[in-house]
Amino acid sequence: MKTFGGSVLFLDRSDINTDEIIPAKYLTEITKEDLKPYILEDLKLPGFDPKGAKTREARVIVSRANFGCGSSREHAPWVFEVNDITAVVAESFARIFRQNMFNCGMAAIELPKEKIDRLFAYAGHPDSTMAVDVAGQTLTVRGGGKEETFSFEVSPFDKALVLAGGWVDYADKKY
Amino acid sequence: MGKTIAEKIFASHLVDEPFAGTHVLKLDAVLCHEITTPIAIADLMARGKDRVFDTTRIKAVIDHVTPSKDTKTATQAKILRDWARRHAIKDFFDVGHNGVCHALFPEKGFIRPGYTVIMGDSHTCTHGAFGAFAAGVGTTDLEVGILKGVCAFREPKTIRFNLHGTLPKGVYAKDVILFLIGQIGVNGATDRVMEFRGPVVEAMTMESRMTLCNMAIEAGGTSGICMPDQVTVDYLWPFIQNDYPSKDAALAEFRKWWSDDDAVYDKVLDFDLSTLEPIVTHGYKPDQVKTITEMAGTPVDQVYLGSCTNGRLEDLRIAAGILKGRTVAPTVRAILSPATPKIYQEALHEGLIEIFMDAGFCVTNPTCGACLGMSNGVLAEGEVCASTTNRNFMGRMGKGGMVHLMSPATSAATAIEGKMADPRKYL
Ligand code: SF4
Repeated sequence: MKTFGGSVLFLDRSDINTDEIIPAKYLTEITKEDLKPYILEDLKLPGFDPKGAKTREARVIVSRANFGCGSSREHAPWVFEVNDITAVVAESFARIFRQNMFNCGMAAIELPKEKIDRLFAYAGHPDSTMAVDVAGQTLTVRGGGKEETFSFEVSPFDKALVLAGGWVDYADKKY
Repeated sequence: MGKTIAEKIFASHLVDEPFAGTHVLKLDAVLCHEITTPIAIADLMARGKDRVFDTTRIKAVIDHVTPSKDTKTATQAKILRDWARRHAIKDFFDVGHNGVCHALFPEKGFIRPGYTVIMGDSHTCTHGAFGAFAAGVGTTDLEVGILKGVCAFREPKTIRFNLHGTLPKGVYAKDVILFLIGQIGVNGATDRVMEFRGPVVEAMTMESRMTLCNMAIEAGGTSGICMPDQVTVDYLWPFIQNDYPSKDAALAEFRKWWSDDDAVYDKVLDFDLSTLEPIVTHGYKPDQVKTITEMAGTPVDQVYLGSCTNGRLEDLRIAAGILKGRTVAPTVRAILSPATPKIYQEALHEGLIEIFMDAGFCVTNPTCGACLGMSNGVLAEGEVCASTTNRNFMGRMGKGGMVHLMSPATSAATAIEGKMADPRKYL
């Protein structure tokens, strides 16, 4: 099982769509690795630089409601994967994006708005990190000398996909 | 306790329930295109599992960028083509026979009531128009679908939309779905099936129902779905006439899929659409909608008529009806992409293509093209497009471009005036 955690990238907006995560013009790339430089290229947020050090160092993304809406392109989770971002924590997800994350053995974790607000309190600390324990269903955020742990819900199936390393391996053994 | 149509389809296709609330379903149709399938093919090959579960249930098309525009898109097309040949997939559609997936596959009679359908494409919800459960999935789900013929879903919780009244002149399925998305928001139906009911839906053609279901995903919906009725039977009859002794027999069979009267819904929403106006989007999200009255006069650089939402014959007829004897404003580039070769040909025979060309439209071959900003009408920074497509995300039709979604009628009126215009004055 992958370890989920490290430096956090905070994206403070709802409805971040898959075109913003990876624009359609890059869907002609044949390997996941080729997608790497184009992560979040079309996302316009104050203070956010897709090419910046924060994006490169990020291992976890924290965002708001309806993350990953729009296209079914798995290129969105893949562009995260090849940039070593293996978990997204948000208030809610679009169904296809959420399933794509778990299908790839990565984590799309939902937390209620109040807890997401509390995570965003760490956005001001440049050294914020997070550890996500899917098996134990807890995540711990650290930054500015503070630390908090939250528990979260994850469906038993999605958890099983993470433990199996993704849906292809899971389905191949079972069906 | 009664069941919804989606629950009936789930129950009849259940292969496994590994956990409470997770339903692994047997698939009736696995649809493929050249953008999301090649990586699944490559992964299957890398795993030494280059197999398909059933060559007759897999359908494939090259549609997003076709004919290929460069080496990369040619390579994607080649991977899909070689794979289809290698596995003798009969229903594979290449240049000369290809069109936009969600218009082409229904036109071939591949989608039937009660089917489970997946595709690596978010607008797969279109096929729910036939009373099927049809969901867009990612490449991994597609890969498992190709290999094993199954896919996992959560409970099909359903929102029922009762659409009352009759649509006024100049108001179409596109206006209805834009209005509904505006009402419930871009995540108003996340993890939900959107069941469309009522006299407005009953009066719709299959084409209009496809337009309605096509945009379910823009409200986050898993699938749109309509009850399969006489309209469905009539549409499918050429493909099913050997399976049923009569149309009545087919209808009776289809009727079994209908949601029970005592089915339990997550939510039931009622709308009277008798006074609905033509609707247009104004922002970068499909739920940002206004009436054409509020938006009239907004200048546009390009008009695009096509896509899986509104590139069907019915759409072309409506637009041509408005354009006949009129011309496109000199400040506008107008582009028509008929969604399939059959639609293109019928439009030719009916004289519609001539009307479009006389008006000053550029007519392209059937392809997704400009809809996702890949070819045939990409916008420059700061340009505005009036479009019959389904997505207005920032940069969707080209970096820095703005897209306003609308019906074919509104787009035709807009083409004539060079700024957003009310189609009702041309009817
Ligand atoms: S026409 Fe547009 S929305 Fe439809 S399948 Fe093609 S790219 Fe997707």
